[in-house]
Amino acid sequence: MRRLHSLGGLFGGLLVIFMATTGFVLSLQPLADAATTMAADSGVNVAALADRVAADLPGVERLVRSASGQLVAYTAENGVRSAVIVDPQTGAAAGAYAPSAFFSFITDLHRSFMLGNVGHGAAGVAALIILALAISGTLLLVGKVGGWRKLLAASRGTGSQRLHTDLARIGVAVLLLTSVTGAYMSAVNFALLPENAGAMFAFPPASAGDSVAPIASLEALAAIPLTDLRELTFPAMGDATDVFTVTTQAGQGYVDQGTGAMLSFTPSDAWQRAYEFIYLLHTGQGAPLVALLVGLGALSVPLLAVTGTIIWWMRRRNTPRFSGNVSWRDADTIILVGSEGGSSWGFAATLQDALRLQGQRVHVAAMNELRRSYPNASRLLVLAASYGDGAAPASARQFLARLERFASTPGFAVLGFGDQSFAQFCGFAARVDAALAAKGLSRLLPLGSVDRQSAGHFAAWGKGLGARLGLPLVLNHVAARPATRKLLLVERTLYGMEVQAPVVVLKFAAPQPRGGWFGPRLPHFEVGDLVGIVPPGGAAPRYYSLASASRDGVLEICVRKQTDGLCSEFLHSLVPGEAIDSFIRPNPDFRPKQGRRPLILIGAGAGVAPLAGFVRHNRHRRPVHLFFGGRDPASDFLYRDDLQTALDAGRLTSLNARFSRVMGGGYVQDLVSAEADTVRRLVQQGAQIMVCGGRDMANGVRGAIQDCLAPLGLSVDGLKQKGLYLEDAY
Amino acid sequence: MKKLAALLMLATALSAPSMAMARDVSIQTSLVQYSGHAAYLAVYLTNPDGSYNSTLWVSGHKTKYYGDLRGWARAVSRGGSLNLDGITGASVGSGDTLTVHANLADTLLDAGYQIRVDSAVENGGQYADDAVIDLTSTPATASGTGYVNTISLGL
Repeated sequence: MRRLHSLGGLFGGLLVIFMATTGFVLSLQPLADAATTMAADSGVNVAALADRVAADLPGVERLVRSASGQLVAYTAENGVRSAVIVDPQTGAAAGAYAPSAFFSFITDLHRSFMLGNVGHGAAGVAALIILALAISGTLLLVGKVGGWRKLLAASRGTGSQRLHTDLARIGVAVLLLTSVTGAYMSAVNFALLPENAGAMFAFPPASAGDSVAPIASLEALAAIPLTDLRELTFPAMGDATDVFTVTTQAGQGYVDQGTGAMLSFTPSDAWQRAYEFIYLLHTGQGAPLVALLVGLGALSVPLLAVTGTIIWWMRRRNTPRFSGNVSWRDADTIILVGSEGGSSWGFAATLQDALRLQGQRVHVAAMNELRRSYPNASRLLVLAASYGDGAAPASARQFLARLERFASTPGFAVLGFGDQSFAQFCGFAARVDAALAAKGLSRLLPLGSVDRQSAGHFAAWGKGLGARLGLPLVLNHVAARPATRKLLLVERTLYGMEVQAPVVVLKFAAPQPRGGWFGPRLPHFEVGDLVGIVPPGGAAPRYYSLASASRDGVLEICVRKQTDGLCSEFLHSLVPGEAIDSFIRPNPDFRPKQGRRPLILIGAGAGVAPLAGFVRHNRHRRPVHLFFGGRDPASDFLYRDDLQTALDAGRLTSLNARFSRVMGGGYVQDLVSAEADTVRRLVQQGAQIMVCGGRDMANGVRGAIQDCLAPLGLSVDGLKQKGLYLEDAY
Repeated sequence: MKKLAALLMLATALSAPSMAMARDVSIQTSLVQYSGHAAYLAVYLTNPDGSYNSTLWVSGHKTKYYGDLRGWARAVSRGGSLNLDGITGASVGSGDTLTVHANLADTLLDAGYQIRVDSAVENGGQYADDAVIDLTSTPATASGTGYVNTISLGL
C-alpha cells in the first residue's frame, strides 16, 4: 500500500499537479459567471421571451441558456453570424457575446492537454491516479492513526508529514469526488459507459404549415418556465413546416409553429440524468458553491504532491545501503528490521558493524523477508519499530504469517523502537517477542525497548546482548546527522549549586553577527525544537530542548549536569566566547496549538526551559498556567525573574511552584493534584497540557492528571489523541 | 494536417449506366482553428430546386448529435428513409480537413446541383449551410460561414 502510494505519487505527480492546477483555474469560471450573469424572476416563460428576442434580433437561429443562467442568442443574417447576450428578464439584446478565450484554452488543456484523443485518455488516467492515491492514502492514514475512529486525531511527525496529513484530511473527500466524476466522464467519452440508454437520432417532425402564429401565443412554449430552458432552436426562415426544437432539463421536444402544440417529446433517460449530475459535481457549472469546494480541493493537490515527495525522499535517504552483508545461508547471526520511517535501518547497520567487528557473520534483511530456515544461524535479532498505536510497520506486515512456517531454532532477542507517549509503546515488538517464544525459540534477552531513537537505550541493550553472547559489544549509534554549525556562547547563568543539582542556562549566538543577509546567521528553529550538540571527543550528539526561537537572535538551552555526562560536563565548563558544534532537530509534535484556548505547562528542573520559551512568545496573551517543580526556591528556581516579568505583562496567567527540599514541600505532580479543580476547569475549556522533564516526573504527572480527569470521564490517552496532551520526557 | 479520406460509391440512381459517363469528385472541407470538441459534419447533395438529393458523408459517431446538423436533418426528415452504412467517420478537429470522394454522374455537373456542409460542435455552435458550393465540371472553392474555413471541389 505504501509502495503503491509512493510510486503512484511520484510517476503520476506531474500529471496530477497539472490536472489539479488547471482544474482549480476552471473552478473560478462558475464563480465569475455567477458574478456577471443577469438574473430573471421565475415568472418569465420561454414563449414570451422568444417572441421578444425574435422581434429584437432578426435572423435569430438559436437561444442557449447556460447552467449559470446566461442567455445567448445566435443569429445569421445575410451570411453574417453573430452571438448576442440577451437580458433574461426582458429579452432585450445586451451586447455581443465573446466567450472567454482564456477559459476555453484552460478547458482544452484540462480535458485533453490539447492532444486530442491521446490527451483525453491521459486525463482519464490522471483521474484514476488521483483516485488511487486518495484511497491508498486514506488507508495508510487509517493504519497510521490506529483505526477509522481515530481518523481525525491530531497528526504527528515532521512538518512535511503533518502538512501532508492535514491537507489530505481536508482535501480527500473533494479529491475522491472530482476523480470519480472525472473518470466517469472520461469513460463516457470513450464509450466505456453509455451516455444515454441508446436513444437514436430522431428526425424532427413537421409543423402543419397552414399558418405561422405569434411566438408568444405558442402554448407548449408558454408552459416552459425560462429557468427550465437549456436551448431553443427557431424554425428556418420562411419555412412554415419547420418546428421549434426545445431542450429542457426534462428532455427534448418539437413545437408546431402554427398550432403551438408539442409534437413529440423525448424525456432524458437515467443515464443522461446521471451524466448531467456528475457533470455538475465535476465542473460546478451553475453551482458556484460546488465550484468553490472543488476548486479548493484541487488546490490541495500540488501541496500534497510536494510534501509527499519530501516524505518519500527523507525515507529513501534514511534507508542505508548495506555493505558486506553475508548471505542468509552462511550467516551465524540474522538481523531482521521492521521499519516505517527507515530510521531503524540505521540502528541495524550499527549493530551489524559491531558484530562484524567481533568476527560474526551477519545477514541483515527486512522482517518481511524471513526465510523458512537459516541453516547456520544461531541467533535471530529483531529490531521492530511500532507504527502508531502498536501496528506493524510496512516492512514487517507479513512477518507473523511467515513465522508460522519457520523451521529453524536460533536463540532470539527482540528490540522494540517506539514512542513512549503512545498508549501501545512497542506493542508490535511485544507481539513479535511473544510469537517467537511461542514458536519454541529460546529467548537470549527479555524484550528491549528504545524510546524515540535514543542512542543511550540502544547502547544499553547492546551491552546486555554482548554480555549474553560473551562478546564485548559496543553499540555507538550515531544517527546520520546534518552538518553542524559553530555557535558561540554569549551568556551563562548557573543555578542549583547549593542543592547539588547544578543547572546552567546557556545562550548561544551565531559567530560575528553582522546582521546582513549574507553574514553567518542562526539556523531556523522554534521553541521546543531540539538542538543536537556533539561534545569534543564524543561520537553521539546529545539533544536539548530549546527555550528560544531563531527570531529571538539567540539559541537558549538549560543543561542539568549529569554525573559522568560527557556532553553536560563540556557545556558546564564552557565560558562565553567558546564555541559548540550543533545542529537543529525539529520537534513539531511539541508545540502549543494555535488559538486562544488555555495552556497548562508542567515542568520540573531543566525541563522548564521550553515552557519558559512558550510563555515568552505568548504575545497574544492567551491564558497560560505554569506548574514548576524544583528543589529549593533559593537555589534552583529557574527563570524566576523571567516568569515574574511575564506575570506582570499578562503573558503568564498563573505561576505555581513546589520544591522538594523545603519543609512541607513536594513534587510538581503533588502540585497538580492539589490544583485539581483548576486543571479540570481548564481542561473543560479545551486547554492543552504540555509536560517537559525527566521520565519519572512525566509518569508521575500523567498519573496525577489521570486521577484529576477521572471525574470528568476523560483520560490522558483521550487528550493525547486530540493533541491536547503533549510530553517531552527524557 | 490529418487527412480523412473515404471512397464513396453512390447509389445506382445517381450513377450513370456507363462508367465513362461518371466522374470522380473529391470534396475537401477544411475547418478553421477553434477551441472545443471535434466538429460533426454532414456533407450532402441538393437538387436544382434546393430539395435534398442524397447524403455523401457524415462525420461523428454519436447519433444523438445528428439533430444538431439542422439543415441536413430537416432535409433528411422530409426525404424519408436514410441509410448511412459506410458513409460515416470520425468527427473533425479544429484546423483539420475532411476529404470525401464521390463517383458522380456527368449529368449532375453544371446543372444547378449543390454540395452543402452543415456543422455542429458539442456545447458549441450549430451551422446549417455552413458552406455551400455549386457542383461544376471545373475545380472551385468557396468559403464557409461557421466552423468551415473553405470547401473545394476537385475533379
